[in-house]
Formats: sequence, structure tokens, C-alpha cells
Amino acid sequence: MSLLQGKKVIIIGDRDGIPGPAIEECVKSAGAEVIFSSTECFV
Amino acid sequence: MDLENQKRVKEFAEKFGAENLVVVLGASEGEASGLAAETVTNGDPTFAGPLTGVQLGLSVFHVCEPEIKNEVDEAIYDEQVGMMEMVLDVDDIISEMAPIREEFCKYL
Amino acid sequence: MNSVIKGASYILAFTPDMVMHNGTTQTTERQVNPESEYLKKLEEHLRTYEQVVKYPPNQAYIGNVTPEELAKIEQPWHDKEIEGATRYGKYGEIMPQDEFICLMQMCDVFDLVKLEKNFVAETKQNLEKHPLVGKDLMDRLKEGEEVELIKKLVEEEHSEPLYHNKVLVGCVKRAHDLDVNLSAHVIHENLTSKATNVLAIMNLIAKNDIKKEEIDYVIDCSEEACGDMNQRGGGNFAKACAEVAGLVNSTGSDVRGFCAAPTHALIVAASLVKAGTYKNVIVSAGGCTAKLGMNGKDHVKKGLPILEDVLGGFAVLISENDGVNPEIRVDLVGKHMVGTGSSPQAVITSLVTQSLDKVGMKITDIDKYSVEMQNPDITKPAGAGDVPAANYKMIGALAVKRGDIERTELATFADKHGMVGWAPTQGHIPSGVPYIGFGRQDILDEKIKNAMIIGKGSLFLGRMTNLFDGVSFVIEKNKGKTEEKGTVSEEQIKGLIAEALKNFATNLLSE
Repeated sequence: MSLLQGKKVIIIGDRDGIPGPAIEECVKSAGAEVIFSSTECFV
Repeated sequence: MDLENQKRVKEFAEKFGAENLVVVLGASEGEASGLAAETVTNGDPTFAGPLTGVQLGLSVFHVCEPEIKNEVDEAIYDEQVGMMEMVLDVDDIISEMAPIREEFCKYL
Repeated sequence: MNSVIKGASYILAFTPDMVMHNGTTQTTERQVNPESEYLKKLEEHLRTYEQVVKYPPNQAYIGNVTPEELAKIEQPWHDKEIEGATRYGKYGEIMPQDEFICLMQMCDVFDLVKLEKNFVAETKQNLEKHPLVGKDLMDRLKEGEEVELIKKLVEEEHSEPLYHNKVLVGCVKRAHDLDVNLSAHVIHENLTSKATNVLAIMNLIAKNDIKKEEIDYVIDCSEEACGDMNQRGGGNFAKACAEVAGLVNSTGSDVRGFCAAPTHALIVAASLVKAGTYKNVIVSAGGCTAKLGMNGKDHVKKGLPILEDVLGGFAVLISENDGVNPEIRVDLVGKHMVGTGSSPQAVITSLVTQSLDKVGMKITDIDKYSVEMQNPDITKPAGAGDVPAANYKMIGALAVKRGDIERTELATFADKHGMVGWAPTQGHIPSGVPYIGFGRQDILDEKIKNAMIIGKGSLFLGRMTNLFDGVSFVIEKNKGKTEEKGTVSEEQIKGLIAEALKNFATNLLSE
């Protein structure tokens, strides 16, 4: 079963890891619906 | 995890049902990934945010884990994450994420 | 002609009581979890002034330890000390809290900082010994108030308390009863930013061959906003700081852009000077109380000292080309554009190779990259990794991808073209600029021929966009300023001869 296809996805990206918008592009290509995307910053 | 982000996660779980959600993380190393994963499954371990004591048990993955990578279009993954895969300690991230999922995820 | 980097200064202010009372991690915790273990334990983890002065990354920040020397000290650094470390450094100083609180009053023009009189009397003696605090500033220090009045202002008038060694020694009053933008909290934050900026400017002037009167313009590039309820970010910290620092012939303005602001501001300054608009421009910024103890929870949990216990400040002087100091190549500017996208590789490509490609340079043609120079002692235990190291890995990976280096050279790329981080996590303070002082010296000493300064900013934190940002520029050895004049005059002569011949011919024809 697909993990992402048709699922609602919440994205918590990281400025020094993978930022939210980059993850967004990825999961959209897997057929997921992005309902929230944010990027955290620890510095 | 940022308090506002915790609040949003909680609201979405109430609105759409925890079983319909997947959280995807982009943290820069293992420990931070584990803490974020714990927050959306077993509650905020730092006792600071709205998810303190809230056991949502959401499905949660890091974008660099194979479970996510395998479902993403290869070209897009390479373009968006490819370089960071070389920079980040992906094994460390996987080893932190997997046990937390096993213990606290309710919808796998 | 390109403008040059004529000097740079770097200062820290050690403010442990402000960690407790003004850092947002602590103020938030006090709100949501007033009885938390963290708040109880925090105090035991604060360092002394002596420890902070001896801390290797702090000695690097003020210029007493070079990045190469710091790299030789085994990490972590929090349990290491620099033997014979001093408060004053090649580029600046580390000011203790009591003196800094007095400096805040010296920077206050609206009678908002009230200090207890015994505290003032004691601290005044030390400040009188400070080589850069002259009579003009000492005259701004008031005699002081009874502690009862200060208590009353804190308890009844919403003043922000000022503590030193846990003792109430003063307060910052609100500047308006109803306007939230002039609340005691905001005024406190802005005055600390202003005071650290002023200290950086004072050090810059004192340590370089420049007179106060020669400065034409100041650009503040901190992350604070000053204004009232009708103009929340009205601004001009720059001119306010120039005033206290005595730069009588200067005006100024503020440039904002999160952590990328210093690099943006330096590009603006270099362009203004190159265009001939101004001759001497200072780019400077003060520190940020909100970020004190930002990662304190992780530090305490891991038994480490609170390492985010200093406010940072810096100032850079950009001047007309003197034929000696390193030039700023404003034609070699990289920028993250709206259309660049957010993937880390797109970001680093736009910042590093966009400009190099214009002139056919390889990544390895740049000797040093100054990226986000956060001290890994602070960020690693907090789960943010080693930020400069991650940046060098990305630049190295990009170099492999372009064929500028072999894959086998990737491991040594950071050693050759990078540095370890030494700057406190004060947002804009670590971003690109910490190396300007060392970089200028390294180029003058011909250790390197050039360097790229890269600033990045997390714009998305302001919730106005989801975009990231960053800009970069290259500095390089001065080419000398004689040749340009020669060429121009030769051309002028040719032009004059041509014109004379033309006139002669016209005259002949008309006759």
C-alpha cells in the first residue's frame, strides 16, 4: 500500500536540512495532498 | 518542535482524523528527527507545546528515509534532495526514526 | 574603481542575566511551564565572565585567535580555555554585563533607562578605565536612582527589569502607556541592539586609520525593528547609532533581510562607494537579546554550559579604493532569486557558481568561502548539526558535480576552502561577515588571493513568504589604482587630438 498516495501530508522542514518547499515538491509527485508546510530554524 | 507547528498538527488531526495524516520531516540530523517524530506520536518530550501529553500516533517519516524516497519521482527527488542526501547522515536519521515509529505510530 | 574593505570590528557583550530574563526560550518557558526543571537548573549552567573571555570561539570572534588556530583545538571547545586570553582583541572586545548596562543608558536619549545609584557608582570606576569610553559618553551616564523607585517602575509601570548577578540594578521604562511598539520589552530589545552596534562602531573607528568626521553613511543590518504603532519598522537604527558614536557628518539607513542582511548591506555599501555617492560607509549591526539561550534546553539537558550568553556586534568600513586594501567585486554577486526554488542545491548553486560562471572561474579558484560561521559547539548539541561544515559539504558536492574537483578530493575540500565556525548564534551575526576581518588580513598578508562572502536568510520566519534568501560577493587582492588613471589620460589625449584635427578639417572645408 502506498504511504503517500491520497494522503494528507504535514511537512516540518528544516532550514539546515531539507526545507519545507523542497519536501513539498517531492511528496506532491507521489500523489499526496500537502495541507501544511513549514520550515524550522535553530540558528 | 515549534509551538505554532505543534498547534497546527493538533488541529489537523482533529479536523481530518489522525489516520489520514502523514508527517514528513526535513531535520538536519538524527536526534532532532527523533524528537520531532516523538512529538507527533507520543507527545512533546520537552513539555513546552500544545502536543505535551497528546499521543496522536501519527505516521511520520523523514524525507530521506527509503519509505518516502521510493514513492517520489526520481528526477524530482534528485533535484530537491539529492545533494543533501550526500551532506546529511542518512543512516543516523533512519536509526533514530525507525524505533520511534515502531513504538508510537498507531496507523502503520 | 572597486571599493575596498578598510577595516572591521567585532564585539561581544556578556549578558547572563538577560539570558534568564530576555531570551525567548526562557520567557516562553516561564509562560507555559513556570515550574519547569529547565528553569530551575538553568542558573547553574551560566558561565562566569572570565570563562566567557577564555572561551576559544569568543577569542576568535574578537580576533585574538585565528580560524586556523581555532581549528587546531579539539572540539568540543566549552571545556577548553585560551591561556592568557584578554578582554580586548585585535578587532574588538568582550564587554562585561555591568558596563554594558551602563552603555545602554549612554545610548538612551529618551530617559528610559533608570539605574540604581550604587551600581552606577561602582561600574563608573571601571568604565572610566575603558580606552574608548570618552567624556562625551561618560557625561551621558546619570547619577542613578534609589532602588525603591526602580522596584516601583518594574512592579507598577511595566518596566523591563535589568539585573546584574541576580540583583535588580535598573530598568527600562516603556516609552508609551498604550503603544505596544514602544513597550518596555521592545525598547529594551532595541536599546541592547543599539548599544552593541555603537560599541562595534567605536571599536572600528579606534582600531583603523579613519576619523569619525570622515564617515559619510552608516547602514544598520540587524534584525530588530524600531518605530511606534503607526510605523512599526520605521527604522534608522543606523543614524541613531552614528549619533552616539559621534559621526557628525554621517546619515544612514537600515537594511533588513534576516541573517542575509549583512551581506546585502555590504553589497549596497560597496556599490554606493564605487558609484562615488559616498566615500566612507560603515555597515554595522548590534546583537539580539531574544536569541540568548535559544538552544539552552538542549545545552542544559546535555550537561553543557549555556553557550548562548553573549550579544554580538560588528562593523565594517567600506571606503574608496586606496590601492592597498582588498577590493569588493560587485560584478561578482550571487543571488538567490524568487524563481530559484528552495532545494538546497538550487540555493547553493545560485549563491556560489552563478557569479563564478560569469567570468569562467571554478569553485576552486576561490581560496576561502565564508558561509554561515555558527559555532558548532552551540549548534551540534542542539540538533542543528555543524552548519559551516554542512555548507562546505554542499559547495564541495557542487564542485564534484561540475567537475571542478575529483570525488576523492571532496573530503579535503572543507579543510582547503573552508573554516570551522566561531560566531555566536545571534542570527545575522554569524552570516558571512565574521571572516571579513580575518579575510582582509589574510589577503593583505597574501595568504589567500580572494574569498567569497555568503549570507543566507530564513525569510519564511516572518510569514510573509515561504521563500529562502541569500546573496554573495567576492573580495580579492587589490590590483593597485595607478593603471586606470594612465589609460584614461591617454585616451583623453587621443580624443583631444582627434577633435582638433576634425575642427581643423571643418575649418578648411568652410573656407
